[in-house]
Amino acid sequence: MGGYGDIQLLNEDGSRLDGRAIDEMREVEVEAGVLPAADGSAWVKHGLNVAVCAVYGPMEAHPRKIQRQDRAVIDVRYNMAPFSTSDRIRPGYNRRSREISKVTAEALESVVLVERYPRSKIRVEIEILAAEAGTRCVGITAAAVALADAGIPMRDLIVGVASGKVEDIVVLDLDKAEDNYGQADLPMGILPTTGEIAFLQMDGDLSVEEFNTCLEYNMKAAKEIHVLMVDALKRRYEEKNGGEA
Amino acid sequence: MSGAETGAELRLVTPGEAIGASTGVRAGTGTLSQGENIIATRLGWVKELNGTVSVDPINAAYMPRSGDLVIGVVESVRNNLWFADVNGPFNGLLPMSLAPWKVEFGAARIHMDVGDVMLARVQEVDEAHNVVLTMKGVGLRRLKEGMMSEISMNHISRLRGDGDSTLRALKEASDCRIIVGENGRVWVDGDAAGVSFMRQVLDLVRNGGHRATFDASLEAIMNDAPGGVA
Repeated sequence: MGGYGDIQLLNEDGSRLDGRAIDEMREVEVEAGVLPAADGSAWVKHGLNVAVCAVYGPMEAHPRKIQRQDRAVIDVRYNMAPFSTSDRIRPGYNRRSREISKVTAEALESVVLVERYPRSKIRVEIEILAAEAGTRCVGITAAAVALADAGIPMRDLIVGVASGKVEDIVVLDLDKAEDNYGQADLPMGILPTTGEIAFLQMDGDLSVEEFNTCLEYNMKAAKEIHVLMVDALKRRYEEKNGGEA
Repeated sequence: MSGAETGAELRLVTPGEAIGASTGVRAGTGTLSQGENIIATRLGWVKELNGTVSVDPINAAYMPRSGDLVIGVVESVRNNLWFADVNGPFNGLLPMSLAPWKVEFGAARIHMDVGDVMLARVQEVDEAHNVVLTMKGVGLRRLKEGMMSEISMNHISRLRGDGDSTLRALKEASDCRIIVGENGRVWVDGDAAGVSFMRQVLDLVRNGGHRATFDASLEAIMNDAPGGVA
């Protein structure tokens, strides 16, 4: 099964090509407040993915037709840098980035208390500097940290994580080969303190059992990443406070 | 960081973090009551006062409230009203009727033009965040001279001090007129030495307002003030 002939994605001993266990995440690093011009910003490295996010606002929503009288709109622009992959990406908006911008905005709208800022716009710019599968998840994680850094009220820090299936085995956090040649991919936006899901997409087929395993892996990973996000935010301000707070 | 002056232990929370049980306390600004817990909705320091738990945000946009004293910059002028940037998400509207002058229809520009700075009060904010300003009131006027500067919203309390004590000391030390707007804008007017001293102080507030060492650094600068130690 798999559809790609004899491509082997798991080693003989059951470990993955990069040596990780099946429920092991790539290494994650988070940094808050990296861009001085933005109201809030974040830098997230997840495996070989690198995302930078800047948040501006709340500001008056323009053009006026996008204004909502009862809430703020979140204007997300997800973009991959031309040099982020080995094949140069043509700069500018494309179908994929529009889709990811849209779903990211919808995920963020469910955690940000948008009703606090009627007629406003919160601008979220996500730039992928290096890509290695799972960039939409890294973008969501970066956006959450940047929004918190900007002082935008939120119910929780949303975390983007993905699981998938390769060679009929459910694995956490797909890398490039697993994403390209695997059987399924399940990215999620998780609210780690309540366990709610604000974003879910599925590419490929998963049985109910496999889906549940993915969910379990994602929840576990989300909690781990959440610790790093909180740490990044606290580190930034505790340093500023002379190490007190 | 206004929690600093209480001297109590500061607790930094992030959005979604549980602050404590919701029984017996009210959820104040920056918090939400979720189930049995009160959770933070912003990154900031926890504050508890009179049975209300709130979070003092570290970073926050200015949200105008009625009664706020603000320093605005005129952004556009119509026949009978001005639009002023008050450092918030929306421009404030100053109608002719709330200006301190007798303005003839179409002559608003004579009194205040684009780029002029005004000291105004927020008259009213409606639920759709329309902000109406007024310049009718003691001391409200067009600011024709001096220097305007911006500081972060959460540093305003640092500049003012307990019951405006720091601000009073600064006024004395610099021999300047100083107005701190609720919207994070500061206006300073006086002689060159005083203004340059205040520039130094505002730089310190901007860059070191968060630090626990702020008071000591401020004192060090104040010793070199033109007017001597306050």
